Amino acid sequence: MAEHKSQYTGLLGWVDARMPTLMSEFKKHASEYYAPKNFNFWYIFGGIAIVILVLQILTGIFLTMHYKPDANLAFASVEYIMRDVTGGWFIRYLHSTGASFFFIVVYLHMFRALLYGSYRRPRELIWIFGCLIFLMLMAEAFFGYLLPWGQMSYWGAQVIVNLFGAIPLIGPELALFIRGDYVVGDATLSRFFAFHVIAIPLVLLGLVVAHIIALHDVGSNNPDGIEIKAHKDAQGRPLDGVPFHPYYTVHDLYWLSIFLIPFFAVVFFFPEMGGYFLEWNNFIPADSLQGPTHIAPLWYFTPYYSILRATTEQFMIVLAVGTIGMSALLLLTISNSIARGAIAVGTIVVLLGYFTLDPKFWGVVLMGVSVMIFFAMPWLDHSPARSMRYRPVWHFWLLIGWVVAFLILGYLGTQPPTPAATLMAQALTLLYFAFFALMPWWSRMGSFKPVPDRITFAPH
Amino acid sequence: MKTLIALITRIALAVSISCCAGAALAAEGGVAMDTWPVDRVQNAASLQNGARLFASYCIGCHGANLVRWNRLQEIGLTDAQIQQYLIFGNQKVGDTMRSAATPSDQKRWFGKTPPDLSVITRARTSAGHAGTDYIYTLLRSYYRDAGSPTGWNNVAYPNIAMPHIFWQEQGPREVRIESTDTRKDAKTGAVQYVNVSIVYEPNGTSSRTETPSATHGAEGISYAFKAANPEQARRFDSDAADVVAFLAFITDPTAGKRVQIGVWVLIFLAFFTLIAWRLNAVYWKDVK
Repeated sequence: MAEHKSQYTGLLGWVDARMPTLMSEFKKHASEYYAPKNFNFWYIFGGIAIVILVLQILTGIFLTMHYKPDANLAFASVEYIMRDVTGGWFIRYLHSTGASFFFIVVYLHMFRALLYGSYRRPRELIWIFGCLIFLMLMAEAFFGYLLPWGQMSYWGAQVIVNLFGAIPLIGPELALFIRGDYVVGDATLSRFFAFHVIAIPLVLLGLVVAHIIALHDVGSNNPDGIEIKAHKDAQGRPLDGVPFHPYYTVHDLYWLSIFLIPFFAVVFFFPEMGGYFLEWNNFIPADSLQGPTHIAPLWYFTPYYSILRATTEQFMIVLAVGTIGMSALLLLTISNSIARGAIAVGTIVVLLGYFTLDPKFWGVVLMGVSVMIFFAMPWLDHSPARSMRYRPVWHFWLLIGWVVAFLILGYLGTQPPTPAATLMAQALTLLYFAFFALMPWWSRMGSFKPVPDRITFAPH
Repeated sequence: MKTLIALITRIALAVSISCCAGAALAAEGGVAMDTWPVDRVQNAASLQNGARLFASYCIGCHGANLVRWNRLQEIGLTDAQIQQYLIFGNQKVGDTMRSAATPSDQKRWFGKTPPDLSVITRARTSAGHAGTDYIYTLLRSYYRDAGSPTGWNNVAYPNIAMPHIFWQEQGPREVRIESTDTRKDAKTGAVQYVNVSIVYEPNGTSSRTETPSATHGAEGISYAFKAANPEQARRFDSDAADVVAFLAFITDPTAGKRVQIGVWVLIFLAFFTLIAWRLNAVYWKDVK
C-alpha cells in the first residue's frame, strides 16, 4: 500500500504520513469547521461546559486517590482531603464548585437553545443528545452527592431512592434493589461511588462526543436561526461562517477567562456559597437514626423537587381538569379517528389513575415529566421562525415567564413548605406544564417578522 | 502596592466570613443571636487563647478528631509549645485532637455523645444564623436552673445536656426570660394573651410572674442577664469569643490562605482577560 503523501513537514509530517486522521479530524472539527460569525454571548456556554467537564474529571481523579468509599471512613476521608492532603482543599472546592457551575452553565446553554430554536429540524438529534447529557449530569450529581456522607447526603439519597418506592407494584422492591439494603448504607455508598466515578462519566463522555459530532454534521444554529450553508462561496465555504479555529477558540478563551473570575471568587472566597453549593447540614456526619429537620436537595434539583411537593391530594383535581382540557383540545385538533380513540381511552385511564393511586406517585410522575418534557421540544415548537428575534415579542415574554416560574419553583424547593408556598408552587407547576403542553398551538400564533436571507452581523 | 493587596485580602476575608455567616437573624420562635467579633479569627493572640481554653475545658468531653495538633503551628505555636502546654496525656503533635472520655461513658453521663468539634462552626450554621454566632451566644447563655438534671439550662438551647463548663469564669448571674403565651378559653373561645416573665436567681431558684395583656408581644422570647460581677462576665465574653475563633479556625483552617491566594488568582485573571480580550479583537478585526 502506498504511503500517504503528507503536505506537512517535520514531526507533524511524520505523524501525518502514518496517521492522517489526526489532521483531517482537526480540520473537520476545528480549522475548517465553519461556524456562523454572528454568535453572541449566549454561545459561550458549550465551550465552558466542556472545560468544566474536564475540570471535574481531573479533580475527580485526585479526589479518588484519597477518598474512602466506606460508610465508616467516608466523612473523615473528605475532611482528610481538606486538611492533610497538600492542596486537597483546593481540589475539593474546585470539584464542589465545579458541580454547581456545571449546572449553571448547562442551564444557560439550554436557555440559548430555547431562545434561538437550536433544537429545530435538522438539529433534533443534537438536542436529544443534549437532553441525555443533562439527565446523566443529574444522575452524576445525585450519586456524587452521597459520597461526602454528611446528613444531607444521606437523607437526600434516602428521600430520592424512596421516590422509586412510590411506583405501584414494583416500587418497594425497586427501591431495595437500588439501595442494596433496607436503608441507605455502606452497600449504597459503594455502588453510588462506582456509578459516580466510572459508569456515568463514561456514558457522559460518549454522549458529549455524539452531541458534538451531530452538531458538526449539520452545522451550528445562530441567533438569527437561519442556515449559513444556504450561501457558499466558490470553494463551498459558507459566506457567513468563520473557521471555528482560530476565531471561536480565541473568542471562547476570552469569555472563559471572564467566566473564571466569578468561578474562582466562589472557590476562594465563598466555597459554601451561603449553604447552596455545600449545604451546612452536610458538615454533620450521616446519622441514620436522626434526620435533619428540613431536607432540601441541592439547588439545581429544587425546581423539580418543588413540582414533586406541589402534587398534593387537592392538586389532583386541578390536574384532572387540566388533563380533560388538554385532551379536549387534542380531540378538536386531530381528525384521525384511531388517534382520537386512543386519546379518549388514554384520558380515561389517566383520570382513573389520578384518584386511585397515591398522589405521591403522581408527584414522582410529574417530576419525571418535568425533566423529560425537554426531549419533546423539537416536536412541540411549530413556530415558522426558529429564532425569538423573528417571533412575536410575546413569545419571548412567555419564555421569560416560564424561566421565572422555573427559578421561583427552584427557590421554593429550597424552603420548608408552608400552605402559601405550596399554593404558589402549584400555580407555577401548572404554568410550567402549560408552557409546553400548549406550545403546539401558541407557537404558531401572532405575527412573525420576516426572516432575513443572510445573518445580521456588525464587524467588531 | 503590597499594602493595597494586603488591604484587599483583609476585606475579602472579612466579606467571605460574614457572607458565609449570613445575617444573624432570630431563629423562628428562638432567641436573637449575638454577633461574634469576626476579627478574632485573624488575631494570633485570640486564637492561641482559644486553643488554651479548648485544651483546658472543651477537650475533656469533645474531641476534634479530624484536626491534628500540629495544625496549631499555623496560629503561631511551636511543636514543643503544643506538646508542653496543650496536650495532656500521651498524645503526640502528629495525632488528632481526641478526647479522653469514651463515647459509652459520655452516653451514660449526659444521655448522648457530645458532638465532635472539628467542623462545628460550619455544621451549626443555618439559613438563619452563622455557626460562630450561635456558639458564641450558646456559651454565654447559661443560667442556673434547679429544675434541670445538671443544674444548668441555656436560653439559646433549652434543656441542653451540656453543663456550664465556664461557670467559674463567667461568675454568678441572674436571668429574666420573657415571652407571651396565647391562651384560649375552652368555653367562650376568647383569646387571651399573657406576658410570662421568669426570673432565675444565681442559685437556680425561679419565680414566675404572669401579667395579662391586650395584645401579643414580640415573637419568640427575650432575655436579660444580670451578672453579679459585670467586669468578670465581660472578660468571659472575650474568652468565649476566642474559643469560637479557635473553633472557626479548626473548622476551616485553610480559610486565611485560601483568601490570600484567591486575591492573586483574581488579579491574574483580570490581566489575563485583558490579554484575551485584545487577542480576540486582533483576530476578529479581519472578519467583515
